Amino acid sequence: MSTQVVSAGAARRRERRFALFTLLLGAAVPLLFLRGATGGIATFVLNDARGERFLLPDLVIPVDLTLVLLSAAIVAVGVLQLVRPVGRRAPLAVGAAGGLFVVAVLVWATTGASVSLVALLRGALFASVPIAFGAMAGVLSERAGVINIAIEGQFLAGAFTAAVVASVLGSAWFGLLGGIAAGALIGVMLAGLTIRFQADQIVSGVVLIVLATGVTSFLTSQLLASNTAWNSPVRFIAAPLPLLSDLPLIGSIVFRQTFLVYLMIVMVIVLQFALFRTRWGLRLRSVGEHPAAADTVGIDVLRTRYRAVVLGGMLAGIGGSWFTLEAASQFSKEMTGGRGFIALAAMLVGRYSPVGAMSAALLFGFADSLATTLQRLPVPLPSTLLRATPYVITLLVVAGLVGRLRVPAADGKPYVKQ
Amino acid sequence: MSGPDASPDPALDPAVVSDSGVEPSDGDASRLTQRIVGAITGADVRLTVLALVAALVVGALFLVLSDTRTLDAVTSGAGLGAVLQAAARSVSRAYSALLQGSLGSPGAISETLVAATVLILTGLAVTIPLRAGLFNIGGEGQVIAGGLAGGYVGFAVEGLPLAVHLPLAIVAALLGGAVIGWIPGVLKARTGAHEVISTIMLNNTLNFVAIWLLTTTLFQIPGRADPISRDILDTARLPRPFTGLRVDVGIILALLVAIVVLWLLDRSTIGFELNAVGANPSAATAAGMAVGTATMRAMTFAGVAGGLAGGALILGVQGRITPGFSAGLGFDGITVALLGRGTVGGTVAAGLLLGALKAGGRAMQARSGTSLDLVVVIQALIIVFIAAPGLVRAIFRVRTEPTSTTSISQGWGA
Amino acid sequence: MRLELKGVTKRFPGVVANDAIDLTVEAGEVHGLLGENGAGKSTLMNILYGLYRADEGQVLIDGQQVHFSDPGDAIAAGIGMVHQHFMLVPVFTVAENILLGKEPIDRFRRFDRRAAHEEVERLAETFGLPVDPSAVVEDLPVGLQQRVEILKALSRDARLLILDEPTAVLTPQEADGLFASIRGFQAAGRSVIFISHKLREHRDIADRITVLRRGRAVGTVDATAAEPQELAQLMVGRPVDLVVDRSPARPSEPVLTVEGLEVLAADGQRLVDSVDLTVHRGEILAIAGVEGNGQTPLVEAITGLLPIGGGRVLLGEEDLTGRSRKEILRSGVGHIPEDRTMHGLVGSFSVADNLVLNLWDDERFAARRTRRFDEVRSHARRVVKDFDVRTPSIATPASSLSGGNQQKVIVAREFDRPIRVLVAAQPTRGVDVGSIEYIHRQLVAKRDAGVGVLLVSSELDEVIALADRVAVMFRGRLIGPFPTPVAKEALGLMMAGVPAEEAMRGLAA
Repeated sequence: MSTQVVSAGAARRRERRFALFTLLLGAAVPLLFLRGATGGIATFVLNDARGERFLLPDLVIPVDLTLVLLSAAIVAVGVLQLVRPVGRRAPLAVGAAGGLFVVAVLVWATTGASVSLVALLRGALFASVPIAFGAMAGVLSERAGVINIAIEGQFLAGAFTAAVVASVLGSAWFGLLGGIAAGALIGVMLAGLTIRFQADQIVSGVVLIVLATGVTSFLTSQLLASNTAWNSPVRFIAAPLPLLSDLPLIGSIVFRQTFLVYLMIVMVIVLQFALFRTRWGLRLRSVGEHPAAADTVGIDVLRTRYRAVVLGGMLAGIGGSWFTLEAASQFSKEMTGGRGFIALAAMLVGRYSPVGAMSAALLFGFADSLATTLQRLPVPLPSTLLRATPYVITLLVVAGLVGRLRVPAADGKPYVKQ
Repeated sequence: MSGPDASPDPALDPAVVSDSGVEPSDGDASRLTQRIVGAITGADVRLTVLALVAALVVGALFLVLSDTRTLDAVTSGAGLGAVLQAAARSVSRAYSALLQGSLGSPGAISETLVAATVLILTGLAVTIPLRAGLFNIGGEGQVIAGGLAGGYVGFAVEGLPLAVHLPLAIVAALLGGAVIGWIPGVLKARTGAHEVISTIMLNNTLNFVAIWLLTTTLFQIPGRADPISRDILDTARLPRPFTGLRVDVGIILALLVAIVVLWLLDRSTIGFELNAVGANPSAATAAGMAVGTATMRAMTFAGVAGGLAGGALILGVQGRITPGFSAGLGFDGITVALLGRGTVGGTVAAGLLLGALKAGGRAMQARSGTSLDLVVVIQALIIVFIAAPGLVRAIFRVRTEPTSTTSISQGWGA
Repeated sequence: MRLELKGVTKRFPGVVANDAIDLTVEAGEVHGLLGENGAGKSTLMNILYGLYRADEGQVLIDGQQVHFSDPGDAIAAGIGMVHQHFMLVPVFTVAENILLGKEPIDRFRRFDRRAAHEEVERLAETFGLPVDPSAVVEDLPVGLQQRVEILKALSRDARLLILDEPTAVLTPQEADGLFASIRGFQAAGRSVIFISHKLREHRDIADRITVLRRGRAVGTVDATAAEPQELAQLMVGRPVDLVVDRSPARPSEPVLTVEGLEVLAADGQRLVDSVDLTVHRGEILAIAGVEGNGQTPLVEAITGLLPIGGGRVLLGEEDLTGRSRKEILRSGVGHIPEDRTMHGLVGSFSVADNLVLNLWDDERFAARRTRRFDEVRSHARRVVKDFDVRTPSIATPASSLSGGNQQKVIVAREFDRPIRVLVAAQPTRGVDVGSIEYIHRQLVAKRDAGVGVLLVSSELDEVIALADRVAVMFRGRLIGPFPTPVAKEALGLMMAGVPAEEAMRGLAA
């Protein structure tokens, strides 16, 4: 085992690069956004106008002053990085600067217009649902030592099955069960290929994505196209929670959501507890870290992995159901658009913990929601390009992070018992 | 898996084998031929063939289960015989249309070669990095980049003769793909970002970039609203040697590229580095090779192949750039490379085979009404069976030497 | 517990790993199992522990036949095993590791941390093996990790403890501590099977010794009566010469100079701490030490595999600091890496390709970026003959050679190219006796040919047999070098951190 070794100064150079990047961001704000916006104001709506008990006044801010302040704050972060080494928190500082930069973009784009902050953030939470479920699926399976890259396939299978079942049986609940079953089925196949037949885990995952894409597309054109009744699912509708939904701001953002949003929050908490506090979690993690050690104390490695992968498949199936039971009104070919891979990235960014994964999912959800919001504003940015934002962010985040990640030691390695 | 030191298991220690007088047997003639074929294709051919058969059988099952006539036979309460008859009829209709449409006529063969051109190139885009231990899922993005770059030169540069314009457009396609291949390579080498994620993100990004570009004046046909590019000039189109057939010199280009890749991977010092890095990066480093450079090279070469695929498509059969022209091509390349077991010869063979499947699939859709997506299902099934040779062995109860599967998963960290 | 193995046979494809082995361990006995690498010791113990299934034969505990289908069965029957490579989850705490599989839980099926810590503390007290239950295992030194592993076995009420090469990672002094613990278990009526390939340790601790050779039990002897020479002969099947024949060294000018070398871990820890050393032409400078004291990073920094954190490395007059690995190798530094499967060979490549692995683009073997296969093949044919590499052909994948022959491929590769310095790390690890003798002779021959040899080994016997000067590495620092001979016991003390003067003096007293 070779310890990670650094040459003197490499770490400091990296930090300096980060600081430089932050300073550039800070300088970019006035350079890009401040031309001639004098006197403009931006309006941010903080209400939902859906009969809240408490109404907040709109947030009206002067654009140029806000931009100057934001720019100053970003520069301050950069200077701080330069003068006082922040060490391992360097990515955090860059993240903070990036966040401020995004706020600057939003303020600039809203010049002379009005944006509902509530809708933006509620949209972010809503959009993070499949990503959080997919990421949890990844966490479960990879903590047990099996790379699950098939999340995208589980999404597709879940979305398709949920749509068909909810259409035919006329119930979103049965649809959800169908979606879970479909995700589990792909999970069983992944487990079979990787655990029973010890096929390469990444190849197996990709194969299952192709298979799920092919089968759902095939069945869609073969069966659903001529049978629209099979593709008009009964969907979950927004279900405001009593009392909680009356809270100002938070109530509108978090508690006027759909069922799967609430389920996501509950599942994240349950899974976090289960993985890190319970006996079940301890055993599952031992299998992903050192399967031989687990085996020698009588833990059935293969069965534990099987279960983790299938359970993960069920979670991803819930994420897939979101597409047809909440987000869209019917199933269409390849409708998941690569979100399964974003979920994978969220899992990595969240450092293999459910809470971390959901935080990352929220980040991606926000990028999604922001792109949608910006599209509606009179911004000189092509809307098609904005839609690529989440993917570019994923690319950057993964590039900035992965090398410094603690991966479960046995992740990706089949366990072979004589 | 642990090294010999970790498990002093005599099964892994051939010292015990040779010392106790157990010589590796030379085997009889059948094993010898198998070994020769294996040496050419790098794999046990029998398993590959069986994987194909299994995929076609399971594909037929899907066909039957989604076939309205068969389902009608079931629901109308006809006897088992009638159901089976309906099933058999629809399978044979679909599969014979598939065969007819791929090999049944000069036109069909031409279509097979057209499909194979792109498949061979995208297959090579996966095979090259596979040798270096990298999994390129970015074929689609590389195809898009190649198509955009090659296509742009193809319609925007005017007044050049064919002999200059076409090569120029091809080089542009090559460079476009190379850049998009290089990005995940350099990210992996510098930051360790896993190529699987970065290539997929690039695919999605480039899809949007392409759609956007197609709506700009740079690409769009003046006066039109739909995102379709101007037509490629005749001086940049790949010539078609046979009148009335769509096959063009792209297939020659693909085979030439395959020959270059064959030299690269199996004869050149660069290929030796790629193979060493793929097989054992620590040992490659210890031998003085630069793993990062090899990674970047492998991905860039992959981008070149993918870019050429995009170029061949746009400058060839398509003649202009349309949104989604690249859909699924990256995954096709993965199928081809895995079916070809990571060898150049195998990739070419698999490209031709899958080209036939694609061309036949289109004919099948036209003639028997079976969705073309069935081909994707069959394709996925083929790689399921290839990726898990144990599965094929279990189904057919064949006894063969365990073939080593392409193993690339090493977790996300390193 | 009285354990009997009768006619235990285990076959792997093409090889009989255990051939009708009979073995009896009495209650309260320490039974030594001696044999070379690959003799079948670990296979036998894995059968006993339920990890492998025997093809033939019986296992009897206190006269009752037992069948173990997995380690759980063996544990239930009172068998505990301390593996050579610890079966510990590095990121778990001591308590989590010890109690994994039998965790205390509370009403909410939560892992009950407090109960677990109490349990571990009780165990530690009972057996006199103190540990901190909340420490994370990967932060502990190896000796303590082993203690955790032993406690893990004992917590499952093991009445027979199998210790697989337990001393490999310990200093001689730590090993003495382990032996004291073993005697403690013995006094409590527990039995121990002690596996090692080191003769001396068997004579120190075992009551009886069973020798395995090529999967057969070739004899059981009384430890007190056994002569080392006799045991060695049983082990390898022919008389062996433990001494390397060599003339005194004739060192000349310095060829490798290391000044103030430092290697830093990512967290700033000094893995190698200002090491100075000089190797002269025609001498073997050996570095002894318990593994994990900085030898590996030292070697890797000198040979360009790790970045240097401070100081410099000179080859003759030439400054190698900051050069790439390739430049260092090509300028005349040979390197036999300690982990041959990881760093030394590409297992799936042929013997011929492995023989040019670090000369792949040298003009001898490539022209205009195209490899010259004829040259590679003829080179391989000659070298395989010259260095007595036993391989079916030069096209055979290196992974299917024996450990000894794999090592010979590496030795041949480094010796056949022009080098001025050879850095050899653990050159005979996991290699059969015949190959050890061969490699030792080659090292001495290279020295006599005027190459400077830096030998790093954790095998004291090897160090003593080969070194012209010897140094010890402890916690990243270099103690010495001293001219040989140095008493083995003094080296052992220095390996445990006793200052050099005290170590030498303590011995004199």
